Amino acid sequence: MSQPFTLTVNGRDHSLDIPATTPLLDVLRNHLGLKGSRYGCGLEQCGACMVLIDGNAEYSCSREVGTLAGRCVTTVEGLGSPEALHPLQRAFLEEQAGQCGYCLSGILVSAKALLDRNPNPTRADVIAALDANLCRCGSHPRILRAVLKAAATLRQEVA
Amino acid sequence: MAGLSNSLKDNPRLDRWLKFCDDRTVRVGTGKVELGQGVLTALAQIAAEELDLRIDQISMMSGNTAEGPGEGYTASSWSIEHSGGAIRLVAAEVRELALKQAALRLNASPDELSVVEGVFLRNGTPTDFDYWAVAGDLDLAAEATGTVLPKSSNTYRLVGTSVPRLDLPAKLTGSGFIHDMVLPDMLHARTLRQPGRGATLAALDEAFVRRKAGADISIIRIDNFVAFVGADETAVRAAAVAAADCAVWSDARILHPEQATAKWVAAQPSHDRLIGAPVEEPAGAHGASLTFTRPFLSHGSIAPSCALAVYRDGALTVWSHAQGMHPLRDNIAKTLGLPPENVTCHHVQGGGCYGHNGADDAALDAALLARALPNQPIRLMWRREEEFGYEPLSSAMTVTVHAALDAGGRPRDWTTEIWSAAHGQRPGVGGAYLLAADAMKEQPPERKPFDIPLERGGGADRNGIPLYDIDAKRISYHLIHDVPVRTSSLRGLGATLNVFAIEALMDELAAREGEDPVSYRLSTLSDPRARRTLEKAAAMAGWSLRDAGGAGRGLGIGLARYKNSSAYAAVVAAVEVDEAVRVTDIWCAVDAGLVINPDGIVSQVEGNIVQAISWTLIEEVGFDPQGISTLDWQSYPVIRFSDIPEIHVELIEADQHEALGVGECAGGPTAAAIGNAVAHALGIRICDMPMTRERIMAAALNA
Ligand code: FES
Ligand code: FES
Repeated sequence: MSQPFTLTVNGRDHSLDIPATTPLLDVLRNHLGLKGSRYGCGLEQCGACMVLIDGNAEYSCSREVGTLAGRCVTTVEGLGSPEALHPLQRAFLEEQAGQCGYCLSGILVSAKALLDRNPNPTRADVIAALDANLCRCGSHPRILRAVLKAAATLRQEVA
Repeated sequence: MAGLSNSLKDNPRLDRWLKFCDDRTVRVGTGKVELGQGVLTALAQIAAEELDLRIDQISMMSGNTAEGPGEGYTASSWSIEHSGGAIRLVAAEVRELALKQAALRLNASPDELSVVEGVFLRNGTPTDFDYWAVAGDLDLAAEATGTVLPKSSNTYRLVGTSVPRLDLPAKLTGSGFIHDMVLPDMLHARTLRQPGRGATLAALDEAFVRRKAGADISIIRIDNFVAFVGADETAVRAAAVAAADCAVWSDARILHPEQATAKWVAAQPSHDRLIGAPVEEPAGAHGASLTFTRPFLSHGSIAPSCALAVYRDGALTVWSHAQGMHPLRDNIAKTLGLPPENVTCHHVQGGGCYGHNGADDAALDAALLARALPNQPIRLMWRREEEFGYEPLSSAMTVTVHAALDAGGRPRDWTTEIWSAAHGQRPGVGGAYLLAADAMKEQPPERKPFDIPLERGGGADRNGIPLYDIDAKRISYHLIHDVPVRTSSLRGLGATLNVFAIEALMDELAAREGEDPVSYRLSTLSDPRARRTLEKAAAMAGWSLRDAGGAGRGLGIGLARYKNSSAYAAVVAAVEVDEAVRVTDIWCAVDAGLVINPDGIVSQVEGNIVQAISWTLIEEVGFDPQGISTLDWQSYPVIRFSDIPEIHVELIEADQHEALGVGECAGGPTAAAIGNAVAHALGIRICDMPMTRERIMAAALNA
């Protein structure tokens, strides 16, 4: 039942020969070695697995990879690397936004989707954009500050 | 060896703590582990401070049974007091040994030498010698004497500064967790959980399970422990889901919804003990009493438990994110019948850990499979349903506080009466053991009725003694042993409800006297640090402008010293109540003594506050005949971004006092402040957590 197909992740094409029903999250973590997207519930309830699909923040834990031929997937690794951090990652570091950090990949991705469509978000906009992401450590206040800070930085970079 | 902490007494050799590495760093060992609380950064600061090194010249080795010190569990906010104290003494001693050695080599007097970034200076001028040049001549296998005086706190340059977390960069860029570890030829594994001690697997349709897996898997069965193992994680997970659906068990545990209530728990037979002042209530004393409850709670880490293990030539190696690698090694060795020296446990960071969750149990699961499949690295992960369904819960509790008053309306005699299952049942403590041991033919003996004694911080009775000036204070603790679920430690343990109850009664007593809650408390509080903390929080919140309340908006306060021996925290909460409670602002003042990393403390306190809001307003575990019924984030909701108030935390300067554990200090005061704010807003008191919409409506109807 498997048929080779191509998946674009972080701008690179990958040719995959696996069942089309495999969850995208498993493909990213186990087949492509991109460990940044995280398994939290597998139920589309926590947001730890969020990735960008054509720019929208979406759950990857139950998304069948076969539905994604020709679509562009971006993971947290596609935002930036330790050597070249994305302004969001830099702002999270500056605000020390995160305790255990397990939620952060999904939250960074949701925040990226927000800032791409709304460069000038209010606090309420950020809250709305992150409400599908759970953080059990209570890093929320810092995360909100960090996203607003990154938005300001990005606006300056554009200006 | 007077003055040596237990950490150092148990691990006296210097080289368990410090090692000079070839790459010109110093490796600092600790038995305490990173749980997201920033402890490794704080400990690195302490070591770098004493050794006169930069922070990036330190590497931390944490939770390593082969080479590092054993310090029990990372729990109850002891890390900075215990491990930090040991590291400080060892580092001071090693610095002194190295300095003496350098003096010898330089033919100088030790007084002429100082250290900057690991290099010896003679009368301020750099020499050719540094730590690493003399390291070979130091006998670090020697035992610590504890006789070298550490630096005095007024000379600190690193301790007391907000060094950024060492582990955060990796976690922001897609790595850093045990879940990401890959070993060569590793196989994935998931388990089928035994539904309670004594349950026996009567039938499992293996053909169905394999069909659902869709790829090659092995089904491993060790007595009543069953697992699915294979190279394809997707298939292994699908097998576990299918198996949970089709397995037939005999003698599975059956739970009833009412068993999930504090009321049911309090009605069970109990082991009773009285702690503190003897009971002698003079006749005619006028007094007050109130009863409070809270339900069972889940830890609910976002990350399911995970462990890796491999068994080669009779030696077992385990990687785990549990809170103590030395106890884990001993518990695994015991269950597997291996000599402890054949088991090595390494800590690797996992998701947020707020107490005794499933991490240790997952490590045993992985170890069982590794031994069944020698030479084959195993990566085992729990499913979300497994995490919610089988991790130890925080017990439902009932607390009644009684106060007898003096002529001035101040409490003169106080009893905190508690009904609860145990809060301290970590493996190896009080006969507790790892989960899968129940599934072995040779079951461990039933655990004994036990909770952490008050001298060690207490379990359900933690913070049961108010810090106010009261002639006679006591705790009457009814430990309920026979509850149908495992219970153990969740951040704060019994303190959350005890502080909630004590502070509620203090508010009620103030109201009887027609006094302001803050001035009433101050009138019976002589501990100067507690007073200062309370006054600070009140000032931050603009307490003096507080109105009469009752119009759907309220301001409430809560105060406690965690474990009656750790950090002080006072919290003011502002709430709006219509049908539901909405916390709009939290102001929190903390006295943690000497502060190692201010921003780290603020971050911990913020997290504790957010979690406590969630416990107070939302969280509640439910049971049904199949077991725990709150198995996902829909049935066990927790606080979200939209519910987060503005949170203001300030630290009180108290550097002259020793460093106090801080990670759990704000939970009880936050719950209490919300409870008191809701009472202020509504004019009626809600005594049961969580304060849900239904409870608010019911209270309003009955008022
Ligand atoms: S893992 Fe996908 S939403 Fe939780
Ligand atoms: S930082 Fe731990 S879950 Fe968000």
